Amino acid sequence: MLSIETYIIVSVIKTVIALFVLLTAVAYCVWLERKVVGHIQNRWGPTRVGPFGLLQPLADGMKFLFKEDLTPPHVYKPLYIAAPMLAVVFALTSIAVIPIGNWVTIGGVHTPLQITDVNIGLLVILGVTSLGVYGVALAGWSSNSKYSLLGGLRASAQMVSYEVSLGLSLIGVLIMAGSFSLREIVDAQGGTFWGFIPRWNLFHGQIVAFFIYLMAAYAETNRVPFDLPEAETELVAGYHTEYSAMKFAMFFMAEYANMITVACLASVLFLGGWKGLPFGPAWLQDLPVFWFVLKVFVFLFIYIWVRGTLPRFRYDQLMAFGWKFLLPLAIANLVITALIVAVRA
Amino acid sequence: MLHLVLFLIFGVVCVAGAVNLLVQSHPINSALSLVVVMGSLAGEYLLLGAEFVAAIQVIVYAGAIMVLFVFVIMLLNAGAEERTRGSRIAVLFGIPGLLVGSILLAWVLVARSGSQAVPVGALPGPPREIAMLLFHDFLLPFEVTSVLVLIAIMGAVVLAARPEAIEHTKKEG
Repeated sequence: MLSIETYIIVSVIKTVIALFVLLTAVAYCVWLERKVVGHIQNRWGPTRVGPFGLLQPLADGMKFLFKEDLTPPHVYKPLYIAAPMLAVVFALTSIAVIPIGNWVTIGGVHTPLQITDVNIGLLVILGVTSLGVYGVALAGWSSNSKYSLLGGLRASAQMVSYEVSLGLSLIGVLIMAGSFSLREIVDAQGGTFWGFIPRWNLFHGQIVAFFIYLMAAYAETNRVPFDLPEAETELVAGYHTEYSAMKFAMFFMAEYANMITVACLASVLFLGGWKGLPFGPAWLQDLPVFWFVLKVFVFLFIYIWVRGTLPRFRYDQLMAFGWKFLLPLAIANLVITALIVAVRA
Repeated sequence: MLHLVLFLIFGVVCVAGAVNLLVQSHPINSALSLVVVMGSLAGEYLLLGAEFVAAIQVIVYAGAIMVLFVFVIMLLNAGAEERTRGSRIAVLFGIPGLLVGSILLAWVLVARSGSQAVPVGALPGPPREIAMLLFHDFLLPFEVTSVLVLIAIMGAVVLAARPEAIEHTKKEG
């Protein structure tokens, strides 16, 4: 056990590093998206600022900072200002419980590669993301404009609906691991089948749950094909129509931070977290953070790929898909998983 | 020590949120104050060592029920309420009643149960223990409650469905 002073210092250092890495990842996620979607559409994407346009996020950030921060006269000011803050705070909070690697010893301090390991880690993430709806809903309402209000209403209805399927798809994993702690869930995924297939939950009977999670997560983060809250062709920009400069950038950051959280959660719950493939050279197996980052990257790449490929749903299709297809499928998956676990036990 | 400080902070935020809920004239501000109350109650549960209950408090109350409240307020586009002086009966009987009630409550808490606080961790906190209570020790009451909730949901559907919509589906079906 660490003394309380060391514990606080270590926690502060870990928090600062995690936030710095997360915000940088958010910035470069935007770059990656523009680049990949550009290539999908037979364009180059950003090329002018720095090699391969790598400094583009920096230029974007400068631009957001120096733009005029307009506040339209008809808004309800306290909530109009609070909404982007709520969105970004809740989006950045959930990284606190995500484990990115095993225990390490640096300078005599033995600590997990995770800001904090709580025994209800998964519930913390679900709670924080369910609070994230307020940012979007209040932004839509307080802007006092019809496009914003419609966007906000759509977003909150969509997020509440898909959260049910999302939660149910995770319970199968919880039953198999027998714990809410994300670290224990990863530890339960050690080992292999027949020596070469890793014993990740994805290959361990939870493949249906993984795809339910994937689709519900797209809807939760308001991404294509479920990006109705900000459908440009009908709602201008949805809930953030009236926002400009840094306030708009905060919604933007929140959206991409949520994408990264969802990707981290997917790799922890279904893809074995920081555990590597069971073959290949030993030094590659022991790289601590590499495998986690690789899995998150693959997940984000699929996100962008889907965005470049699929058209948008109609709103009634979105609701019907969520309630009439995804939810029954999630319940069936849960019941079957529970039966199998009960029979084996 | 830290425990007491955190308890007081959450308690003050909780009471302030509850008072703000009554004072605010705009429904959305009141609803958001209620979210603050729920959140700080979750903090108090966490301090008592009931981490599962705290998480459920945030997910269910702050995250789901209050979102629906805010949603309805947004849909109805409810404006600021008008302020009245309140009814005379409420002033005449309400304030003395409140005083008597709180004195009675304080007396029961202090004299009957002693000033001994419940020690941290004395009540079931981890999900495993709560699951044992819900699905083993109190299985029958739990199932009866869920049937009751189901009946309430079906009743809400029946009440909310307009008669012409039911006629319409009958013709089609």
